[in-house]
Amino acid sequence: MRPVVQDQIINIIAKEAILEPAQVRPEMTLEELGLDSLGLVEMIFAIEEAFDISVPFNANEPSQSEFDISSVGSIVRAVERMILGQSGAEPALA
Amino acid sequence: MRRVVITGAGTVNALAHDVPGTMAAMAEGRSAIGPLAFPDVERLTIRIGAQVRGFDPLAHFEPAKLALYDPFTQYALVSARQAMAQAGLAEFADPTRWGVILGTAGGGNSTVNDAFRAVFAEEKNRVHPFTVPRLMNNAATSHVSMEFGLMGPSFSVATACASSNHAIGLAFQMIRAGMAEGMLAGGSEAMLNFGGLKAWEGLRVMSKDGCRPFSATRNGMVQGEGGAVFVLEDYDHARARGAEILSEIKGFAMSSDASDIVTPSVEGAARAIAGALADARLAPEQVGYINAHGTATAANDRTECAAVRRAFGPAADQLMMSSTKAMHGHCIGGTGAVELIACLMALRAGVIAPTIGYDAPDPDCDLDVVPNTAREVRVESVLSNAFAFGGLNAVLALGRV
Repeated sequence: MRPVVQDQIINIIAKEAILEPAQVRPEMTLEELGLDSLGLVEMIFAIEEAFDISVPFNANEPSQSEFDISSVGSIVRAVERMILGQSGAEPALA
Repeated sequence: MRRVVITGAGTVNALAHDVPGTMAAMAEGRSAIGPLAFPDVERLTIRIGAQVRGFDPLAHFEPAKLALYDPFTQYALVSARQAMAQAGLAEFADPTRWGVILGTAGGGNSTVNDAFRAVFAEEKNRVHPFTVPRLMNNAATSHVSMEFGLMGPSFSVATACASSNHAIGLAFQMIRAGMAEGMLAGGSEAMLNFGGLKAWEGLRVMSKDGCRPFSATRNGMVQGEGGAVFVLEDYDHARARGAEILSEIKGFAMSSDASDIVTPSVEGAARAIAGALADARLAPEQVGYINAHGTATAANDRTECAAVRRAFGPAADQLMMSSTKAMHGHCIGGTGAVELIACLMALRAGVIAPTIGYDAPDPDCDLDVVPNTAREVRVESVLSNAFAFGGLNAVLALGRV
């Protein structure tokens, strides 16, 4: 599952950051990718749509969110956990 | 230039359906924020807001007319009636010298929501025939002009959260310049429905648990609804007819950040604040109170405090600044009008409305935000800040008469 999820998320992030997917590496931060607050909110929306999950994220307190956005890799891990229903996920709305 | 005064005020908001009730709630520090009640609320992540409750439209309007009034128009009309009654204006010597400017961001958003629900969710193939005249952003302005026969310059302003301040400021400028003898000005909003809130939810700036402006624990805005309308009048005209003067509008300034569609700018906000002081010929030391924009988002409150410090310099440490949004919610296009009531209360009664919900200081918001409890202080001059999404800023300066 992991490579597929990671590839999909990297594609989403690359599109928001206007980069080629090959330029997005797991250790990169959103700042390094040049994503601003609007780009971040759009990225989360695209992830929710792609994986049919609901991401708990409040732009006012990004560091307190259960959804760790500190790097591309942390986002991938958070999404994987949600898909597996381990933590943090709110029930997706049909 | 002519002087411009306020001689009437009216409001419908979640705290009360009139000005005395709203002032009493603000003085008590009462919050109208609670669980939202409307169809499909269970499908929202954000389920709190400051809803107008116990408002019976049929107590105010004939059924045939009501079919033309979205809630944002109803709130404007009832507010305008109260303002006109207080001003004691039954008829006008020259109605072409009187007009209306009202602000709204969403216009007939409830009407849009109802029509979309009918065609998309219920799969109906027709909507109410008055859907367009109900939803148009100028509906409230037009109905107020019709009800009172105001035939002068009239239009609606849509600058998101600054709409009402822009509306009141433009009306002020028109009277000051001699383009009108008097104006009805203010604004209203009614976006608390499933579609309206769902859109806001997407931006991820709303709080799930409460509105705590300037507090370190703040985590977003809470939406309200309602509006307020004021009678603005040439000072000499008001004096000549023996009207009671509630306060004077002394200055107004607008600015545009020209930088970002949602993130506020210290520089743009500070320019509008400094501009209002200059327009009113006020020194920073003369301002006792600012009704803040104070949305309780991380970005606004920090930026607003920095902007006040930049515009006021050392005088920032002498003034009081509160956000009343923790009481009536963020009424978006109507919010500046509702908040002007806190300014009138400060100038007329010497009661400074508190910032309620304040539970932890934030070093980035280190002004006197009048935490949690109202204060009795006589103030001579006040400002009202409004900073919109899209970087459009509008600040009013008012004084005692």
